[in-house]
Amino acid sequence: MATLAHSDIVTAQPDVQNVISVADVHKYYDLGETKVHALRGVSLDIRHGEFVAIMGSSGSGKSTFMNLLGCLDKPTSGRYSLNGTDVSELDKSALAAIRNRELGFVFQGFNLLARTTALENVELPTLYARLDKNQRTARAEKALNMVGLGDRMDHFPSQLSGGQQQRVAIARGLVNQPSILLADEPTGNLDSRTSVEILQIFQDLNDQGLTIVLVTHEPDIAQFAKRVVVFRDGKIRRDDAARNRPRAADVLLKMPTVED
Amino acid sequence: MEFAAILKIAFRALARNKMRSVLTMLGIIIGVGAVIAMVGVGQGAQQKVQDQIASMGTNLLFISSGTVTRGGLHMGWGQTKTLIYDDMKAIQREIPTVAKAAPGSGTSAQVVFENQNWYTRVNGTEPQYFDIRDWPIAAGSSFSQDDVTQSANVAVIGETVRQNLYGATDPIGTTIRIGTLPFQVVGVLAAKGQSGMGQDQDDTVVVPITTLQKKITGQNWLQFIMISATSQPATYAAQQQITLLLRDRHRIRPGTDDDFFVRNLADVAELADQSSRVMTLLLASIAGVSLIVGGIGIMNIMLVSVTERTREIGIRMAIGATEQDVQRQFLSESVVLSLIGGAIGIVFGVGSSFVITKTLGWNVLISPMAIVAAVVFSMAVGIFFGFYPARKAAHLDPIEALRFE
Repeated sequence: MATLAHSDIVTAQPDVQNVISVADVHKYYDLGETKVHALRGVSLDIRHGEFVAIMGSSGSGKSTFMNLLGCLDKPTSGRYSLNGTDVSELDKSALAAIRNRELGFVFQGFNLLARTTALENVELPTLYARLDKNQRTARAEKALNMVGLGDRMDHFPSQLSGGQQQRVAIARGLVNQPSILLADEPTGNLDSRTSVEILQIFQDLNDQGLTIVLVTHEPDIAQFAKRVVVFRDGKIRRDDAARNRPRAADVLLKMPTVED
Repeated sequence: MEFAAILKIAFRALARNKMRSVLTMLGIIIGVGAVIAMVGVGQGAQQKVQDQIASMGTNLLFISSGTVTRGGLHMGWGQTKTLIYDDMKAIQREIPTVAKAAPGSGTSAQVVFENQNWYTRVNGTEPQYFDIRDWPIAAGSSFSQDDVTQSANVAVIGETVRQNLYGATDPIGTTIRIGTLPFQVVGVLAAKGQSGMGQDQDDTVVVPITTLQKKITGQNWLQFIMISATSQPATYAAQQQITLLLRDRHRIRPGTDDDFFVRNLADVAELADQSSRVMTLLLASIAGVSLIVGGIGIMNIMLVSVTERTREIGIRMAIGATEQDVQRQFLSESVVLSLIGGAIGIVFGVGSSFVITKTLGWNVLISPMAIVAAVVFSMAVGIFFGFYPARKAAHLDPIEALRFE
């Protein structure tokens, strides 16, 4: 399992108090005949170094909110600033640049490119950051070592287990040294032991100062975060600091290893 | 994104669906190949026509006797008896742009050597006729001006006649009969092949004009005069001056038709050249259509590819690819596809135009211009037909694309 020794890849963030600052954000979807009001005035501040779990049932608006945080979508009204920059007014290519440099994505379905090696998958964001070839490879190798896949760099996604694929995805999310890692149901396709292994990586990264936002509908997963925000009907219903937060490493010790 | 990286992605994407890529390329291969082959064939034909025209002689003017109307009936060219030897002398004397002139008249006759015989065209002329027509003597020599003065029974035979009468025997010094008269063969003409009109120019026997007129036909008028002008541009002036001079000599009143006919070979050449150029253009544009069809094939397959790879596009966008990055990626795929197709098409086209022109016995003409044009055109096809699918890819909504199954 990964021992996250390469803490240097997670850079110290600039001295901005709130990495994310969302103020009274609304989002409507115009579906022709009906209008869907997905977010009804959401305000949320996330400080540097936080590990926030966003919970809610489907239709609660958490996915919409995640898309906004990920700069994949724009709010209908309200303000969203990331690292002190108002991103609600930026154009598409500026948003692409922000996604590339400031944000790291981890998805439920891993979303790796098929028939592309682990190393090349991890290199992809550096390609769009227009780094030179040596730098790209060096960074990608470092990121893969961080998630404990230094010996699997030339493997294709089809040759890796689900947990390994998700670790490649995490390495890809980290390779451009983002301010935040956004994880959308990252354990949704994984068995419980592998899920905890992934959460251990998140906790380790967070310990090194990386801000993490994790979307999940499972309380078992959310409990590993430092703060839990619950969405319902497009609004934030609860926003608590986690109590009795378990360490994934400890949980893993108690879990039986599944032999198959 | 840097160029090398874009190219690498494009190659890999194409290699992923080898069969499909090859089939798509085939459209461009056939298109480019057809354009090059057809232009090659067209230009070969053009060259062939030009060679044939050049084989008739240089700066050539051809004066023939005119038509007669008898009882309202046109009797065709070469019927009037007004074109005479003195006309030729007058032309030579009075028109400075005329370099050489040779009279001509002919008939068809049976030619016999020993037990062989051949029915051919017997032409009477003067020795400079061979110069005017750029027609070298392959063996022996031409008859002389003295032979003309003395109406000597000497003959120069064409290659076809030699083959049919002599086979392997050396004809020089032998005696043939033309009709009933014996003639000594003094020379054999070099083979000239078919004329632009498809006539075998080598199927002829040439004798002094005086011998023909006095001893064979008994006519004292000429059927044609061949003139070589001092230069190509001079042919046009000479043509006009000859017309004026002959009208004057033949006392043709203004408003009445000429009783002769002056043709400038440059006009004929230009006409033939033009028609073969039109043919080349026609062939090339038909081939061009297949290139466009190939381009549509590329567009089709790129659209399929964009749909198939919607999720990949979503991933790339999520991790920071801009619309331009995505557009460039797909555009480079279609350009790579069409350029490789174009390169193979060039090989294919050059090869097939070799085969075609060899089969037809023409010179192979592969113009570098056609190859450059084919490369540029196939690249343009790639960009043009790749643009819409690439734009479609670039304008995908990343959220929708990521959700795509």
